[in-house]
Amino acid sequence: MNEFLLNTLDATLRYSTPLIFASMAGLFSERSGVVDIGLEGKMLIAAFISAAAASVFGSPWIGLGAAILASSIFAMIHGFATITHKGNQIVSGVAINIMASGLTMVLGLAWFKQGGQTPALANDERFLSITLPGVDIIDYIPILGDIYRELISGHNILVYLALLIVPLVWWVVNRTRFGLRLRAVGENPKAVDTAGLSVERLRYKALLIGGILCGIGGAYIATAHNAQFTKEMTAGAGFIALAALIFGKWRPYTVLSACFLFSFLKALEDRLQSVIIPGIGEVPVQFIEATPYLLTVILLAGFIGRAIPPKAVGEPYIKEL
Amino acid sequence: MDNSHIAIELIDVDKHFGAVHANDKVSLTVKTGTIHGIVGENGAGKSTLMSILYGFYQADSGHIKVFEKDCKFTSSRQSIDAGIGMVHQHFMLVENFTVLENVILGTEGGALISESLEKARKELTRLGVEYGLEVDLDTPVELLSVGILQRVEILKGLYKGAKILILDEPTGVLTPQETDELFRIFSALKEQGVTIILITHKLREIMSITDQVSVMRDGKMVAHRQTNETSTEELAELMIGRKVLLNIDKSESKSGSPVLKVTNLHVSNEQGIERVSDINFEVCSGEVLGIAGVTGNGQGTLLKALTGILPLTKGSIEVFGKIITSDNHLGPRILRELGIAHVPEDRQRMGLITEFSASESALLGYHNDEHLNQGLLLKKALVKKNCESLMSSFDVRPADPNLKSSNFSGGNQQKLIVAREFERDPEVLIIGQPTRGVDIGAIEFIRKRIIAMRDAGKAVVLVSVELEEIMSLSDRIIVMCDGQITGNVDARDAEERTLGLMMANALTSSEKNQEVQS
Repeated sequence: MNEFLLNTLDATLRYSTPLIFASMAGLFSERSGVVDIGLEGKMLIAAFISAAAASVFGSPWIGLGAAILASSIFAMIHGFATITHKGNQIVSGVAINIMASGLTMVLGLAWFKQGGQTPALANDERFLSITLPGVDIIDYIPILGDIYRELISGHNILVYLALLIVPLVWWVVNRTRFGLRLRAVGENPKAVDTAGLSVERLRYKALLIGGILCGIGGAYIATAHNAQFTKEMTAGAGFIALAALIFGKWRPYTVLSACFLFSFLKALEDRLQSVIIPGIGEVPVQFIEATPYLLTVILLAGFIGRAIPPKAVGEPYIKEL
Repeated sequence: MDNSHIAIELIDVDKHFGAVHANDKVSLTVKTGTIHGIVGENGAGKSTLMSILYGFYQADSGHIKVFEKDCKFTSSRQSIDAGIGMVHQHFMLVENFTVLENVILGTEGGALISESLEKARKELTRLGVEYGLEVDLDTPVELLSVGILQRVEILKGLYKGAKILILDEPTGVLTPQETDELFRIFSALKEQGVTIILITHKLREIMSITDQVSVMRDGKMVAHRQTNETSTEELAELMIGRKVLLNIDKSESKSGSPVLKVTNLHVSNEQGIERVSDINFEVCSGEVLGIAGVTGNGQGTLLKALTGILPLTKGSIEVFGKIITSDNHLGPRILRELGIAHVPEDRQRMGLITEFSASESALLGYHNDEHLNQGLLLKKALVKKNCESLMSSFDVRPADPNLKSSNFSGGNQQKLIVAREFERDPEVLIIGQPTRGVDIGAIEFIRKRIIAMRDAGKAVVLVSVELEEIMSLSDRIIVMCDGQITGNVDARDAEERTLGLMMANALTSSEKNQEVQS
């Protein structure tokens, strides 16, 4: 089996995990009619809090719990501004991002005095890779053995959780009462209101789910993919997740594919640095780094077809006839 | 039916929206199993009152009794549970949901929707047969016609157990045939003991279908009548508080030579979709050509082509000896200067700028007039004086040129636009929906002015979805359906039924022949 390809795909899975959590979070809030550009900020605060709590209490699970709590509080602030007070959703989202960026630095400096970083996490304070059962046995089978050992086994628990969460999201959105109401409130909140349901409560619920998912995504970045919090470590993952959400037309499985595509490009970028392409020579690193963004713009600009957002997204619901 | 029971009793219901007193101590009694009409002008408080009954708004004070039980509604849920269903003027449907999904929204039952969908399917099929409300349950509602959407809304109410149905202006978007169908459904519902409250401003509907009628004016309930003991004239007078002339007296038209000639006209809308296909007509000076049709059958696109807003894709328009084709486009400014005035269909979006003062709105389209400009600047004082004179000659109230356009009532906004367009003494008038959402007093005023322009020898093209308006003002009537002309009749021979069939393009060939012969 081609080792290069396996390694790239393996990295793709690791990169895609926070994107999946964040884009599924965005899917809930945007399907409910609330624009969520604060995904980045929520993941950032979650990453910081998870690393801090894991370091202080010595358990990644406590870190995860604290991250979920912090991210949910941020989601509720967004809700309070945009649902209760009908503020502009973009402005509130930007505020969430700025607040997260500032708060992580201030708290980091105050608590740990390490230039804004958290202490490096020991192995028992992180989510470690787990080897799936049966690797030894399947290893004897050619190709399949390699794929199972390298690609499927050997990830941490949050990677598997991310993959499981997508069918769960699909099921909730398409098969449950909550999902039906969620889709309705993002399309026509007035119809929901006149059906005797509370638009506000539905949107808060959606944002809360989004907060929880961003919390897991942030904890993954700091306590599973890495072993400490560093300044601005989410590095735009929240925005890429937002792009994946639009790219995937707000539908779980297509959004998942978009997450995979963007992560694959990122994984490729790491592996193509200083590679010499015949006839061209060494490709500049900057160009490789820019590739996923360029591709996003090009693909979004017309190759994928028009993305039709939920009709009521971005508009605060004001009760009137 | 048992008419002795009371379905609804409202006592002294009061509601303010800021400074506006929308409902002023309103009381109303509706008997079980009757059809009860509520009439009133726009802004009289009918919809607010019904929204309070439906739990959408909460009253500031007053009592609500439903089936003789005291109720306090803080959300629509409680009202639905008490047996009330409401069909809003603008349908409350999620467009990309199927009929079935729309109906169960809010009353799904369990946490999973598969069971509720099956249960609803059975129940809706039964209701459909019982009341003649058959609908394809698996079609997304965005693909359905308005007539069918209305059925869906009614089914929604019935499915949720409504014993009382409130319908807010249900016939505004329907063809006469669809309206007849709706009234047939009302009768079936009434027979089954359902109480119906019908909000409308169309007095003819009140007279033909209701048992009782209540009249609202300025937020107050001014009268209750047995329908068979009142008349259209009395109701109209109660609605506006003085006598009105509903039928405009007009003399025979003294039409002259053709002024505007449209040949093989094809026009596409802003999205590039052809909405006007192969249309031909002529308008003479001194005549009103009425264009009838259900909303969205190409009339809007036609108006934009006639006024130079949209380019033609094929064919020609000949006016004042100039020929407009797809290669020779004349814009709105040139056409205005030639003497074509335009009263747009949508006064809020095309007629005026709601954030502008009245004097600025009264200038739109004519802001380049030489006598109003001095170098780069407008002559503000003259602009204001100009507006004042328009306001006095067209009775715009309040007569304050500095007031923001959005602060005028619909009727006064429309009078301001009409004043602006009529006072320039144009030769051709292109008028869209002149009285939509306008109170009765203003309707009477605007219609008289249109006839006056005709009598002064102007050519008028009038587009309206109100058949009654078309029939009372026009000298000739053409009917549009799906971008084409499906009927062309002399107004003196026009019958509502035939026009309705033409609007649906459902005239059989024998009927068409009869029409030609008559």
